[in-house]
Amino acid sequence: MGTHNDAVDLSLMDDVFREYEGQRGALIPILQKAQEKYGWLPPEVLNLIAKKLGIPVSKVFGVATFYAQFYLERRGRHILRLCDGTACHVRGTPILLTALEEHYQLEPGETTEDGELTVELVYCLGSCALAPVAVLDGEVLGRLRQNMLLRTLKKRIDLAKPA
Amino acid sequence: MSVHASPSLTFESPEQGPDSQRRCVAVCMGTGCSSSESALVRERLREALVEQGLDAEVEVRRTGCFGFCEQGPITVVYPEEVFYTRVKPRDAQKIVEEHIVGGRPVEKLLYKDPLREQPVQKWHEIGFYGKQKRILLGNCGVIDPENIDHYIAKAGYQALEKCLTQLEPTDVIEEVTKSGLRGRGGGGFPTGVKWGLARKTPRWPKYVICNADEGDPGAFMDRSLLEGDPHSVIEGMIIAAYAIGAEYGYIYVRAEYPLAVRRLRIALEQARERGFLGENIFNSGFSFDLQIKEGAGAFVCGEETALMNSIMGERGQPWPRPPYPAVSGLWDQPSNVNNVKSYAYAPAIIRNGADWFKQIGTPKSPGTAVFALTGMVNRTGLIEVPMGITLREIIFDIGGGIPHGKQFKAVQTGGPLGGCLPEEYLDVPIDFDSLQAAGSVMGSGGMVIADESTCMVEFARFFLKFACEESCGKCPPCRIGSLRMLEILTRITEGEGRLEDLDELKRLSKGLQRGSLCGLGQLAPSPVLSVLRHFEDEFRAHIVDKACPARKCKALITYEVVAELCTGCMVCGRNCAANAITGEKLQPHVIDPELCERCGLCYEVCNFDAIVIKSPR
Ligand SMILES: Cc1cc2nc3c(=O)[nH]c(=O)nc-3n(C[C@H](O)[C@H](O)[C@H](O)COP(=O)(O)O)c2cc1C
Ligand code: FES
Repeated sequence: MGTHNDAVDLSLMDDVFREYEGQRGALIPILQKAQEKYGWLPPEVLNLIAKKLGIPVSKVFGVATFYAQFYLERRGRHILRLCDGTACHVRGTPILLTALEEHYQLEPGETTEDGELTVELVYCLGSCALAPVAVLDGEVLGRLRQNMLLRTLKKRIDLAKPA
Repeated sequence: MSVHASPSLTFESPEQGPDSQRRCVAVCMGTGCSSSESALVRERLREALVEQGLDAEVEVRRTGCFGFCEQGPITVVYPEEVFYTRVKPRDAQKIVEEHIVGGRPVEKLLYKDPLREQPVQKWHEIGFYGKQKRILLGNCGVIDPENIDHYIAKAGYQALEKCLTQLEPTDVIEEVTKSGLRGRGGGGFPTGVKWGLARKTPRWPKYVICNADEGDPGAFMDRSLLEGDPHSVIEGMIIAAYAIGAEYGYIYVRAEYPLAVRRLRIALEQARERGFLGENIFNSGFSFDLQIKEGAGAFVCGEETALMNSIMGERGQPWPRPPYPAVSGLWDQPSNVNNVKSYAYAPAIIRNGADWFKQIGTPKSPGTAVFALTGMVNRTGLIEVPMGITLREIIFDIGGGIPHGKQFKAVQTGGPLGGCLPEEYLDVPIDFDSLQAAGSVMGSGGMVIADESTCMVEFARFFLKFACEESCGKCPPCRIGSLRMLEILTRITEGEGRLEDLDELKRLSKGLQRGSLCGLGQLAPSPVLSVLRHFEDEFRAHIVDKACPARKCKALITYEVVAELCTGCMVCGRNCAANAITGEKLQPHVIDPELCERCGLCYEVCNFDAIVIKSPR
C-alpha cells in the first residue's frame, strides 16, 4: 500500500530500472513494480520511466491507462474489491452494489471523501464457489449478503460519515 | 534420468505415487480452499501428528484443486480416499486422533449429499465425481504441485523424453493432428494443424506462447490446472517447441492469479534444475527455455494478437489477421499461441497415443472438456467430463440440480462472448459444434447456471456491459456499436424500451459481427442474440407490460409489506437508509415506493417474510 504523504521518493525506482535494464518489452513489468512500491502510479514516476526508457511520456501514459491494473490516482486506505463476475452476478452482486450506493454513496471506482474506502468492481476473483465474493484489504468475504457486507464495513472502517 | 512408470492417466489414487508406503493426508491449497483457511488446516494437521509421534509415518501433502470448491477446504486421507469437506483448523486434531490413530473416519466432516441419506465416505462415490473423466485434472488433488518428483512419478516428462529421443518433430505434429485435439481456448482450431503451420514458416527464432489470460468472469479452469499441475503445461509447451522448432516461450498469466504464478515459478526452477528446460535437453541437441509474463488486467489481452502486443510492452490491442501468428507474431517472428489446456493434453497424447485420445469424447471433438460449474447449482466447482455428455448430466447429475427447489432457467457457456441456452437444450450432447449450432459456444470452460430468479434481459445487459467496458477502442464497430447496444438494453431494463428496439439490437449485432477487428467485437453480441432467440418473451414483458418476471430490474419492481405477516418489530425501518419505511411499533409497516431505493436490505433482514417483491403481471 502506498503512503499518504505527498513527496514521491523517486529513488525507489533505482532497483527496478536495474532489474529490467536492456530487456525488450519491459514497460509493463516496470509499471507493475512501480505500483507495488507506491501503491499507485504518481505522474512523477511516469515521467521518470519515460525518461529512463527513452520513450515519450504519452506512450507510458497510453499503456498505463489501457490496463485496469494500474491506478493513476491515489486510492483509499481500505480497498473493497467486489466481484461482479458472472457467478457472483447471478448470486446477488447487483443488490450488494445498490446497498453500497445507498449506504455509502459510493459507486464502483470511487473513494470516500475522507480517503478511507475505495470500492472497486472486479470480474471474477477466482472464488466463484463462494459467490458472491468480495475482498476487503486482502481478506476474502464469501457468500455475502447486504447485511453482512454493511456490518463488516462498519466494524472495520472508521468512516467519517456513513450515511 | 529417473523416470519411473505409472502410465495410467485415469483418475486414481497415488498408490504408486511418490511415498506409496506412507499414509497421507492431502490438503487442497488451491485459491478457493486457501481463501477459507486451508493453510491453517495443514499447519494444525502437522502439529497434531507431531503430538501423536506420527509425523514421520504420515505425510501431510499440499495438493492442487480437487474441484469441489464449494465444499472447501477439502482434505482427503489416502489410501482410503476418505473425503472430508469444509474442514476447519480446529478439526485437524479430530482427523488425526479419530481417523489416523483410531481408524474411524470423522463422520461429521464427511460430505452430506442432499440427495442421499448416508454421508459419503469416498472420493469417487460422491455424485459430483461420478460422471467425470479426469485426464487434465488427474493429478490435481493427488500430487504436490511444488514437487517435481511427484509429477515424474505420475509419468511426467516421459512424453518429452519420448519426443526428444524417439520422434522427429514432424512425427509429434502428426500424432497430435491424428488425435484430433482441438484448441481449448474457445475456437476449437486443430492444435496439430496449428503447430504444422508454425513449423512450416522458414524464419527463426520462433516462439511458443501459452495463453493463461483466462479473462472470462466466472471461469477458473486454467488457473486450477496451473496451480494443481503446472508441470503438465510446461511439458506440453516444451513438446510444442520441439515440434515447431522454437527456442523460447512465454506463459502469459492473468494478473489476478498470484498463486498460479508462484507455482509456475517453482515448477520452472525445478524443471531447469533437472534439465527439462535449458540447453541440450535429454542430450538431443534441442534447447528451450521460457518465462512468465504477468498480464495487467485487460480482457482483450486473451485475444492472441492483443496478447502478443502486451508481451511486447504495448497497449493490448489486437491486429487484423492475416498475418497469423504462425507466420508473423511476437516481434514479427513465427509464433504459436495455445491455451493452457491445449498444451497440457499433449504429454498425455504422446504417452498414450492418438487412438487412446480419440476414443474419448465425440468424433469431431475428441477428449474431455473442463468446466467451471458455478451459479445457481447445488454443487459448484471444477469438473472434467468427456465431450458428448449432456448439459442435463452436468447440471443435475454432477451439479446436483438447482438449490432451494427453484426452477432451472438457463445455462450460460462461453463467457461474455458465449450464449445462454434454455431447458430444451439440456439433452443435447455437447461438443464444439453442437453448442455452436444451438446458439452458444464451448468457450474456454465457464458454465454458469441461472435459475428462475435471474432476469435474462438484465443478464444479457450484464455481458454486453462487460464487452463494452473491455472493448479496446481500436475499431469503431466494437467501440461504438457495443455502447449503442448497451444503451438500448439499459433502457429496456429501466422500463423505457420500445418494440422496435428488438430489431435495432439485431441490426447492430450484425454490424458488430461483420465489422469488428477481433473476436471481442465479433462475438460480443452473442449473449444478447441468444437471449433474444430463446427468451424473447422476457424482453417483451419488459417492453410491453413494463414487468420484470424475475423481479430483478429495479425500475420495474416494488417492495411491499404484507400487513398480515408484519409484526411491527421495526427492524426493516432501522435498516432503511432511504427512510422509506414508516410504521408504529407493533403495527404493520408501509414502504414508500417513491423513497425506496430497492436495495433489498429490508427484504433480507425481515425475520417474518413479511416483505415481498412485486412486479406487474
Ligand atoms: C476477446 C477474446 C478473448 C480471449 N480470451 C482467451 C483466453 O482468456 N484464453 C485463451 O486461451 N484464449 C482466449 N481467446 C482465444 C485466443 O485468441 C486464441 O484463439 C487461443 O488462445 C488459441 O489457443 P487454442 O488454439 O489452444 O484454443 C480469446 C479470444 C478473444 C477474441
Ligand atoms: S465470478 Fe465472482 S469470484 Fe468468480
